[in-house]
Amino acid sequence: MSSVSVRQIRKSFAGLTVLDSVDMEIAPGEFVVILGPSGCGKSTLLNVIAGLDERDAGQIFIDGIDVSDLEPSQRGLAMVFQSYALFPAMTVRRNLSFGMEIAGRPKTTIAEKVAWVAKLLQIEALLDRRPSQLSGGQRQRVAIGRALVRSSSICLFDEPLSNLDAKLRAETRVELKQLHETLRSTMIYVTHDQTEAMTMADRVAVMHKGKVEQFAHPQSIYEKPASLFVAGFVGSPAMNFLQGRLDHAGRFQVGDIGIDTSGYGFEDSSRERDVVLGIRSEDVSVVDQGTPESIPATLAFTELLGADALSWFQCLGKRFSVRLGVNEARAMQPTVGLCFNMAKASFFSAASEQRI
Amino acid sequence: MSYVVSSRNATFGSRAARIGMYAFLVASAIFFLLPLLLVVINSLKPMEEIRQGNLLALPINPNFDAWVAAWQSACSGLDCGGVRPGLWNSIKITVPAVVISTLTGALNGYALAQWKSKHANLIMLLVTVGLFIPYQAMLYPTVKILSTVGMFRSYVGIVFVHVVYGLPYTTLLFRNFYIGVPDEISRAARMEGATFLRTFWSIILPISTNVLVVVGILQFTGIWNDYLLGLIFAGNDSMPMTVQLTNIVNNSRGAAFPNVNMAAALITAIPTLLVYFLSGRYFVRGIAAGAVKG
Repeated sequence: MSSVSVRQIRKSFAGLTVLDSVDMEIAPGEFVVILGPSGCGKSTLLNVIAGLDERDAGQIFIDGIDVSDLEPSQRGLAMVFQSYALFPAMTVRRNLSFGMEIAGRPKTTIAEKVAWVAKLLQIEALLDRRPSQLSGGQRQRVAIGRALVRSSSICLFDEPLSNLDAKLRAETRVELKQLHETLRSTMIYVTHDQTEAMTMADRVAVMHKGKVEQFAHPQSIYEKPASLFVAGFVGSPAMNFLQGRLDHAGRFQVGDIGIDTSGYGFEDSSRERDVVLGIRSEDVSVVDQGTPESIPATLAFTELLGADALSWFQCLGKRFSVRLGVNEARAMQPTVGLCFNMAKASFFSAASEQRI
Repeated sequence: MSYVVSSRNATFGSRAARIGMYAFLVASAIFFLLPLLLVVINSLKPMEEIRQGNLLALPINPNFDAWVAAWQSACSGLDCGGVRPGLWNSIKITVPAVVISTLTGALNGYALAQWKSKHANLIMLLVTVGLFIPYQAMLYPTVKILSTVGMFRSYVGIVFVHVVYGLPYTTLLFRNFYIGVPDEISRAARMEGATFLRTFWSIILPISTNVLVVVGILQFTGIWNDYLLGLIFAGNDSMPMTVQLTNIVNNSRGAAFPNVNMAAALITAIPTLLVYFLSGRYFVRGIAAGAVKG
């Protein structure tokens, strides 16, 4: 267990800013997921923490010690790569023991460690095979084994599940989470898959254009996104947005309809400005058209998802998704009104795109 | 490896096409093999049969006398020891020159494939330029440099020249191979604490067998068959076989012995033929591996 502290890390490639002053404090034993679309800088951040990529400015601290100028192997961390990066000409056993051989550990220790990790990951039967003789899932386990075998206090994962099929991915996700419960090492996990982020993380860092937009518990990222980007990126279907204006009395004005916002806890009480209302599909209810404080909408189509249904409406020129019971969705009228649960809504400043 | 063409449904037209193809292949094979066949036939003839002047006639009394003479008693100038001393010189020059230029090229190529910057591209460009400048243009400066450091016309000198002239070629081939090796493998090795050289030796070289064989063969053939550099840079006691062969063939003293000349030429060619026969499989595989990745 070790803490990791990322301070003011900057990096640019050929004039393009990849990391724009990133700060992150990771507690010992925490499982942190760095989530973001491709090109947001998440893998670069991981590589800078690992020491594989140079930073332009800033520092990395591990357990309070500045490791910014140390070689990767001196930082006491292990890493699982997206393509697994097993050493092709070596058996699984040598893949696992290579790092310890270089470190000059005694043969008996190496053998014990390899046996321990092989048992933990159930790869004992594969030890004398070569990577080319393994399936994707098996290679994945060996790659994880190679990271765990030296009992590093910090483990880095660079999209480790993205090359597996959906079923295996779901299984490995659960196993990794259990592994973390058992080993309690600090884990930093990069992914673009929000399901992985939501299910595995103690905290999620959502990155966008080289910046950490929000670093919080997965549930608060879902319920209280800190910015318009986080709101749109996390959650499926994406959050519904409605542009409007807060008037002096604190009512949300959209067209000629005014909606009471007293149920919403504003963090910032300034009024009279342009805002964006964000609302998840499960926080919208369907009422008769003309009901006060409801927005008129026409039904476009309905997706039946088995357990529930998603109805898509055309509403003030925008597409709105509403999560409903299957029977309710089947009996839907073509023209209705939509009401929002203000306690669960999010308001963003139209100018800064930040939560207010 | 092999393309199986179903013959069950072969129509007349496709059968005719196949016959045509085989006829062409056989004709080409004859065209390329005929000179070799002539050399073999005539090296087995005694001088009386040669003097009859019919190059294509099969030997009446085939024997290896000419081969024995070529091996140990043919004369070049005043020296009548056959090509035997040259064979040993050629081995002494070729083996270290091939090993050094191949391994150094591999190391260079790996470094250049790893080093991703504008400077690396510039160096790669210079290496490629080095590849295209003909030897003749570099001969004089090389002679000057080597004689300044006292390596001109010496054994070390000729090996050095072969290594240096081979490096652009081997570097380029290895670099192009290593560009296709995923970067994450080297990064993983670095995470495990392996140094650059350790990564190269323990992880990268073991996956390079095919390209090592291809480059090794190309270098071996090139250096073994070299005449120009051997003639200029090798010392009198380290002349390679090719130079000795020319001396025997061009010997102006005494009578000409075409059968001995042909036998000497064949002996000189045997090592390269052997290398191809023994490693042809790797050779084809290595070339294919370079052509289509994965």
